[in-house]
Amino acid sequence: MTDNKKIGFFQSGTPWVWLNAGAVSISMIMVIGLLVLIAVRGLGHFWPKAIWQIEYEEGGGITTLIGERAKTETVSARQLREAGVKYNFKEEFVERTLLKIGNRDVYGFDFRLTVAPLEKSVSLPEELIVLERTEWGNFYGELVAVKEDGVITQAGVEELWAKLSSRVERVAELRERIGDIEKSEIGAINFKMEKLRLRTRAMELAGRDDAEEQAEIAGTKAQLDADYDALKTRLDVLYADIRRDAVTLRVMTGEEVSINLSKVVKATRPNAMSIPTKIQHYFGNLIDFVSDDPREANTEGGIFPAIFGTVMMVLLMSVIVTPFGVIAAIYLREYAKQGFVTRLVRISVNNLAGVPSIVYGVFGLGFFVYVLGGNIDQLFYPEALPSPTFGSGGLMWASLTLALLTVPVVIVATEEGLARIPRAVREGSLALGATKAETLWRIVIPMASPAMMTGLILAVARAAGEVAPLMLVGAVKLAPSLPLDMNAPFLHLERKFMHLGFHIYDVGFQSPNVEAARPLVYATALILVAVIILLNLSAIYIRNHLREKYRTLEQ
Amino acid sequence: MATTSISSDLFENQASRSIDQEDICITCEDFSLSYGTKQALFDINLKIPTNRATAFIGPSGCGKSTLLRCMNRMNDLIDGINISGQMKLHGKDINTRDVNVTELRQQVGMVFQKPNPFPKSIFENVAYGLRLQGITNKTEIEDRVEWSLVNSALWGEVGDRLQDNAFSLSGGQQQRLVIARAIAVRPQVLLLDEPASALDPISTLKIEELIAELKSQYTVVIVTHNMQQAARVSDYTAFLYLGKLIEFGPTNVLFTAPGERQTEDYITGRYG
Ligand SMILES: Nc1ncnc2c1ncn2[C@@H]1O[C@H](COP(=O)(O)OP(=O)(O)OP(=O)(O)O)[C@@H](O)[C@H]1O
Ligand SMILES: [Mg+2]
Repeated sequence: MTDNKKIGFFQSGTPWVWLNAGAVSISMIMVIGLLVLIAVRGLGHFWPKAIWQIEYEEGGGITTLIGERAKTETVSARQLREAGVKYNFKEEFVERTLLKIGNRDVYGFDFRLTVAPLEKSVSLPEELIVLERTEWGNFYGELVAVKEDGVITQAGVEELWAKLSSRVERVAELRERIGDIEKSEIGAINFKMEKLRLRTRAMELAGRDDAEEQAEIAGTKAQLDADYDALKTRLDVLYADIRRDAVTLRVMTGEEVSINLSKVVKATRPNAMSIPTKIQHYFGNLIDFVSDDPREANTEGGIFPAIFGTVMMVLLMSVIVTPFGVIAAIYLREYAKQGFVTRLVRISVNNLAGVPSIVYGVFGLGFFVYVLGGNIDQLFYPEALPSPTFGSGGLMWASLTLALLTVPVVIVATEEGLARIPRAVREGSLALGATKAETLWRIVIPMASPAMMTGLILAVARAAGEVAPLMLVGAVKLAPSLPLDMNAPFLHLERKFMHLGFHIYDVGFQSPNVEAARPLVYATALILVAVIILLNLSAIYIRNHLREKYRTLEQ
Repeated sequence: MATTSISSDLFENQASRSIDQEDICITCEDFSLSYGTKQALFDINLKIPTNRATAFIGPSGCGKSTLLRCMNRMNDLIDGINISGQMKLHGKDINTRDVNVTELRQQVGMVFQKPNPFPKSIFENVAYGLRLQGITNKTEIEDRVEWSLVNSALWGEVGDRLQDNAFSLSGGQQQRLVIARAIAVRPQVLLLDEPASALDPISTLKIEELIAELKSQYTVVIVTHNMQQAARVSDYTAFLYLGKLIEFGPTNVLFTAPGERQTEDYITGRYG
């Protein structure tokens, strides 16, 4: 191969190889960078953070500040002076910290800024505790007393702490029981009550005056009322129980504040924790995040309903989009006469994939929700009117809208798969006396199924990340109940649902306390990415399985 | 092609009869075909006898496959085909509207040049045609699958691994599997389009032996580029050239005393 030497550098193709490799590396770096950023910011949030006690020079005197360092940055002294900090800085650049001081109910705000030169002394006292609360955000302070059943205990730090921990555990248990009753049992009663109300209304509308049925309804209603009263009594007892204990804490201003334990979710002493305990708490926090309901306008608590809603929506979308896409592709490729019209259809389908998703959202709202949903309500749910059943956004319409959005991907992928099935195999089947339909059903479609799965994978990836259209057709900030529960018919397609993508938007940009919620945005984004990856991995697993089964194309 | 002459001992086991004494299975009468504007077959007149092996020979592109594929209407799948004249199976034109194509294809089976097993198990490949016919009785299917595999000389090799994927077989085994698949539906006619061209000599030999076996029960039509193969397996041979049937007759006659100049040139290797 002596000729090789004469080939110029450019002809040899080396620069193009390098160019391609470079492009691939840059893309990889960007993707990995993004994931790492999200992961670090999102996962860091759950690590128990140290609580600093800072003696801070301010207004001519010294104040004590207690809080977590949320963010530290270097800013120029001039910038600070312009911002109104009255201090003669020797340094040109100083460290400025955003301190999360919590206790929003006491101070009225839960963040403040400090600059390093004014921090006269800093320490990490072990006795400082953090209370995670059901409202008003975190509480930071020093334990003073625990009030149990009206008896106030004031003892040593350790003893008090042990007492508080056990009281918080008790409250958590009670809260779970209350939640169970309120959600499942009272929820079920409400559901049945609503059903009864609709039945009565339906009878009215139909002008039926069936005394027997009315009596039956009244009977069931009385029964439900009795059940409800029984539950209510049980609940009242539990509520009294949960409100029994309180804790008194001294905050940084020296004030002593009493907090009822019914409002406390978790109590920790991060400064006193060893690394293993921190790790344990870390995973505990992470699990709570993915399994709990959100609190405080979504800025606290978990995101379970959003995860559930996203997965449900994507699964439902897959169930809808696959048959439609596959049937359309089969018709286009196998049955339609190839010509101008099929070309036109193909071009249109390909272009549909490029239509902005909000346009699909508007279409979904206008057609699915108002026209279809409105008519369904008129026909099948007149008794519930004027409140809409299917006539407002919901899981079903959101899935349908996204199915519409992703159907081009499935069509294109399936068509490609069908085109790749060797002619010889089809002829083999036909030569045995199979009809075209039999050949398709028994040979071609199974062989093209990996390609269909590829289409579905792409569709899932796109649908799971889509937010804009969902805002119009059913995703909400806070859904009162999950679309799947124990009340027949179990799957409630008309219900509104929460969605991770929309949750990110809501928490990050619509919440009253953006600063506090920022880490949650990253954490939620990470979960969204993880959910998409998981959904895709399972689809890829199925596809590889199918490929293995029908591996002929490689031969 | 290296063939210069065909030794006469090849014809030992062939009946030397004239076509008029045979029972005729397929008849072509003035059969012409064109792909769009390009004519591929010109007025073919041919009688294929029952339970005999008939070979089609001729240079590449002369229309052998085209003619073969007309015999079970595989050409229906191709757009823009025009045919004229008649193609008859047992005296009945197969190109009329009232002919059920799937039934026709069950009667006239076909094996292609490259083995084309389905991505299923060996058993399911053979059972495919049976299931299409609506046979659901398990023992009947099992019996027929075994019978087909025995008759296609494959049972000994695969009898103990019927549930394996068909693609785990070698090329020659795959081709015999495809033949088994074709005979499982009990056709009357078996069309073979260069069944051994992708195979090694030993597999080829097996296929040839198989054809010799099969022709006692089936009418076999085989397209081949291999003169010796045609001489070995067939009773009758048709020579096609540029879409025309040049000569047709008993194989031993055609090979030892060709009636046409073109035939002689072709079988002695002067072109093709
Ligand atoms: N689908 C088709 N469309 C158009 N022309 C075709 C088509 N199939 C075959 N032909 C043409 O018809 C003629 C006969 O083709 P055919 O395949 O029957 O030849 P053959 O004798 O089988 O050749 P080979 O020995 O190479 O297989 C050739 O000229 C070919 O180009
Ligand atoms: Mg051919």
